[in-house]
Amino acid sequence: MIVLHGRGIVGGCVEGEALVTRETISGWGGIDPMTGTVIETRHELHGQSFKDKVLVFPGAKGSSGWSNAFHMTRLTKSAPLAMVFNQMTTKIALGAVVTRVPAVTELDQDPLSVIETGDWVKVDGDRGVVEVIKKRL
Amino acid sequence: MLFLADDEKAMLDGAGGVAKQKAMELLVRYANALGAERFVDTENIAGVPGSSTLFLQKYFEEHAGDGSFEAVFSLYDLDAGEVMSVPRAGGNCCHLQGGMDLVHWAELGMSREAMQHQQQDEAELARHGVRIMKTCTPYLAGNLPVKGEHCAWMESSAVVYCNSVIGARTNAEGRESTSAAMLTGKIPDWGFHRDEHRHATHLIEVETAVESVMDWGMLGYFIGSAVEEEIPVLTGAVRQADPLRHKHFGAAAASSGGVEMYHIVGVTPEAASLEIALGGRKPVATINYGAEERRRVYETLNANGRDPNVDYVMLGCPHASIDQFREVARLLDGKKIKTHLWMFTSRAVKTVADMNGFTKKIEDAGALVMTDTCSAIARAVPRGTKVVALDSAKQTHYLPAMVDVGAWFGTTEDCIDAAITGRWTGELR
Repeated sequence: MIVLHGRGIVGGCVEGEALVTRETISGWGGIDPMTGTVIETRHELHGQSFKDKVLVFPGAKGSSGWSNAFHMTRLTKSAPLAMVFNQMTTKIALGAVVTRVPAVTELDQDPLSVIETGDWVKVDGDRGVVEVIKKRL
Repeated sequence: MLFLADDEKAMLDGAGGVAKQKAMELLVRYANALGAERFVDTENIAGVPGSSTLFLQKYFEEHAGDGSFEAVFSLYDLDAGEVMSVPRAGGNCCHLQGGMDLVHWAELGMSREAMQHQQQDEAELARHGVRIMKTCTPYLAGNLPVKGEHCAWMESSAVVYCNSVIGARTNAEGRESTSAAMLTGKIPDWGFHRDEHRHATHLIEVETAVESVMDWGMLGYFIGSAVEEEIPVLTGAVRQADPLRHKHFGAAAASSGGVEMYHIVGVTPEAASLEIALGGRKPVATINYGAEERRRVYETLNANGRDPNVDYVMLGCPHASIDQFREVARLLDGKKIKTHLWMFTSRAVKTVADMNGFTKKIEDAGALVMTDTCSAIARAVPRGTKVVALDSAKQTHYLPAMVDVGAWFGTTEDCIDAAITGRWTGELR
């Protein structure tokens, strides 16, 4: 098991399968809030849903409707299980707060290098700890 | 560690009533997530307070027994666990784009029920002291801050204009933070509110002439992809651009990336020189924009363009300025269009366009002028649309993904030509 230490920005503790992207994600216009699916035309996750996955990504981009789009996924039960990300912005800070899922950033290792899609990840937003069990050893 | 001033502590303790208390609680959660150390006072707030789609209204009717404006504002905007009585907003608060045109709502595919719901929301906004501007371009409709003014704005194209062209200070706020700021007059003192976060990081050497609105849009789209959320400073073949060019440049850079501020040496207010724009530091990267990059960004923007038969032309992203009305009225004067053409703007600009006879010339050609929204915001195109033509890099970025249509990007003239002939003949010139 690999353990990463960082700063929790929204509390709570969950575990689940990781969905990893090296590309920043647009909220409004970039995801479908009814299903949690990435819809941005040229995005590497195009057509994939983050519903009930630990979303590991560089950060947010695009419209200031980011928080609203992710807030909506909470209502439609399409939200990610947790967020693990690198780049702090107002969009992602507010979005994580209102989505109310555990969120961790400022990790001591790059989560995009350590975590791969399909890995089992435990996110502790209270302590700022991310534990990774690799799918492939 | 977040420091709270006495008035902020008092609001958290409930001295200003429960709605201000919940608003302050949300702002504290947000400020702590950011790692902000204090709040800054703001009286200029642009958001979408309490506005609800029928989905939101019905969701809260079902789950909380109350889908009223104050319920949506309490439960959704402030993320509070209870419905509260919402006091009047202080300061200069305005409502940005959203909803539908109140005349042509049926063409947008909206129901009478949704239209009436919007009218009720607007009455509530007015009652709560929020100015109804209904536009993504508040700076063209009566909310024009001054240099250095601390603002709390949503809408990425307005945020980048506010920071870069006006020299006022705002982060890209969201719906919930702007609604909370309207009650408290507070926003986290982080990012663009602070001098040290306003300096450029990336140097863009522009090697090919950038003059048309289309060229400014393409340059913005290129830079957004290249620098993501960092701060570019432009030198080289860029001269003073008018507000229209800044509007299209910033909107494009904020869509392909997350650019919230840019500098143009000798042009924008915090870039008297390259050294000043960079804050005395070296750029982390230097990026060239020449003929080859220009060609590639044109091809990227036209990647969804295959079928030359155009059904629909959309203009007004971001919302059209009065200059654009004059131009479109000139191009359509005495003509008839074969495609649909919808042109979107603010109610303020439309009023001026009406008075100047521009709207009549455009509508006499067979087009519709609409306010409050756009095709991407409303997810609305004329029925049966398969191929659209656009003069906005931002709309080209969003619309094909949102409504599954082919799209051509070009100049306003290319778009009007497509509307008149029904065929796309635009090319990179």
